[in-house]
Amino acid sequence: MKNIWAICKKEVKTYFTSPIAYVLITVFLVLVGFFFYSLVWWFNNYSFQAARDPAYLQQLNINQMVFSPLFHNISIILLLTIPLLTMRLFAEEKKRQTDELLYTSPISVSQIIIGKYAASLFVLLLMLLLTGILSIFTFAYGNPEFVPILNGYLGLFLMGAAFIAVGIFFSSLTENQVVAAMLTFGALLLFWILNWAAGSASGMWKDVLNYLSFFQHFDDLTRGILDTTDIVYYASFSFFGLFLTHSVIQSRRWR
Amino acid sequence: MIEVENLLKKYGELVAVKDLSFSVEKGKIWGLLGPNAAGKTTTMRILTGYLPATDGKASVAGYDVFKDANALKKTIGYLPETLPLYPEMTVSSFLDFVAEIKQTPSSRRKEAVEKVIEISGLKEVRGRLVKNISRGFKQRVGIAQSLINDPQVLILDEPTIGLDPAQIIEIRKLIKSLKGERTILLSTHILAEMTQICDGAVIINEGNLMASGSLADLTASFKEKEGVVIKLRQHGKEVTSLLGKIPGVAKISQENDEFTIEWGKGKDLRDEITRLIVDKELGLIEMRPLALNIEELYLKIISGGVAQ
Repeated sequence: MKNIWAICKKEVKTYFTSPIAYVLITVFLVLVGFFFYSLVWWFNNYSFQAARDPAYLQQLNINQMVFSPLFHNISIILLLTIPLLTMRLFAEEKKRQTDELLYTSPISVSQIIIGKYAASLFVLLLMLLLTGILSIFTFAYGNPEFVPILNGYLGLFLMGAAFIAVGIFFSSLTENQVVAAMLTFGALLLFWILNWAAGSASGMWKDVLNYLSFFQHFDDLTRGILDTTDIVYYASFSFFGLFLTHSVIQSRRWR
Repeated sequence: MIEVENLLKKYGELVAVKDLSFSVEKGKIWGLLGPNAAGKTTTMRILTGYLPATDGKASVAGYDVFKDANALKKTIGYLPETLPLYPEMTVSSFLDFVAEIKQTPSSRRKEAVEKVIEISGLKEVRGRLVKNISRGFKQRVGIAQSLINDPQVLILDEPTIGLDPAQIIEIRKLIKSLKGERTILLSTHILAEMTQICDGAVIINEGNLMASGSLADLTASFKEKEGVVIKLRQHGKEVTSLLGKIPGVAKISQENDEFTIEWGKGKDLRDEITRLIVDKELGLIEMRPLALNIEELYLKIISGGVAQ
């Protein structure tokens, strides 16, 4: 545990002593802020119309009209930012050959992986918490339901965690950070749109493709529905990513 | 303290280390010597638990490199050839991080960091970012991190590479000062370095052990002839023939004002030579024993001429 903490602390420090964390978080927040503004503006307009026509009033729901699309937007931004967050984790150690220090220290490979994973989770958590400021405004001027928003955030966090595990895996494959980021982005996008292929498949394949798709599991969560299968899906995705990373690192050393 | 037996390492088809055996006694500094790509770094990486060997046995400080890797890593210090430094950390926070992953108890971590800063002479740069300090200081940080867990065995891969002459002397002094309580194995391809700081050497080439032993043993075992090198003010042709007439001289050669005179094992012609020089007023400038110097020895061993 102590070892994991040491690695995690070092990684968080590195994120914040270099411009990486600041740039990623700032750009992320600016984009999220823009989407939020647009959605609220659109919701506002809709509300004015609804005031004149009671038929619209029925559908007026800030959770569904602002937060649900907002969470979708955030998930896409995460898809673009997380590869940049994770690309350095192992690739940089290898390039600088600092991995020799880590692997000749009395600390296990899994502890190193979990430490780095935890550090990225911390940055992700910080990013999501900062967007929480936006929802405070909606609570101040409106009356959204709290639980669906919380579920949406939980979904974003779980999905982000799975993204990070994928990113760490690709970072362990190469010493080139750009290659790591591009491979991560490609893999994530592919998993995201896997359900498109489900449309043309049939039988068991349809279910398999639908199950594997990020999108399918995330959709429920943005609508505020918390299902254990989704949680299990993201958790196993993370676990699998980290497990593969472990195998890659071990096999490199034994070759 | 370091025992290596029939070590074999293959990278796919490439054999990096072949049937290597040697041992280093406690409290000594030994050099691992060889040309580039001889297998020095691979050997050290195996001894530090970074790489597994294909076959063979090795133990450091009583721990088997393969079975007790974790205990081993706690008791050794290692300086890789490429310094494992994080440029965005300050010197002291980097050392603190290394102390942490080397499992120094948190109560003694500060003390451990202070101690290595003191030993390695890093006081003036302790608060600066690693990327902003000079190459010489970086090397010191590298050595400092290897000392942080107060290791019994130190393994240093090319500790003076890339430094200027003054820095090299300082680092050598530092390494020498660490001797005594610690056993040190350092790799180098600089011969002068080895003769200056090492007690013994393991010479390898292309993964093969060429020779090993203490420096004195190594030079003695390859000494086939004895002789002197003299420098004279007078150095015409006739001088060569005069010197050649001394009974017992086996071989004489001249290069400018330097004469190399050799005789068979067990004799000593120095008195006769001096007498002749004084009698004929040849003007002696210098006289030194003809030792097979370490450079010649090295080249001889590497070329495979006298593989033991």
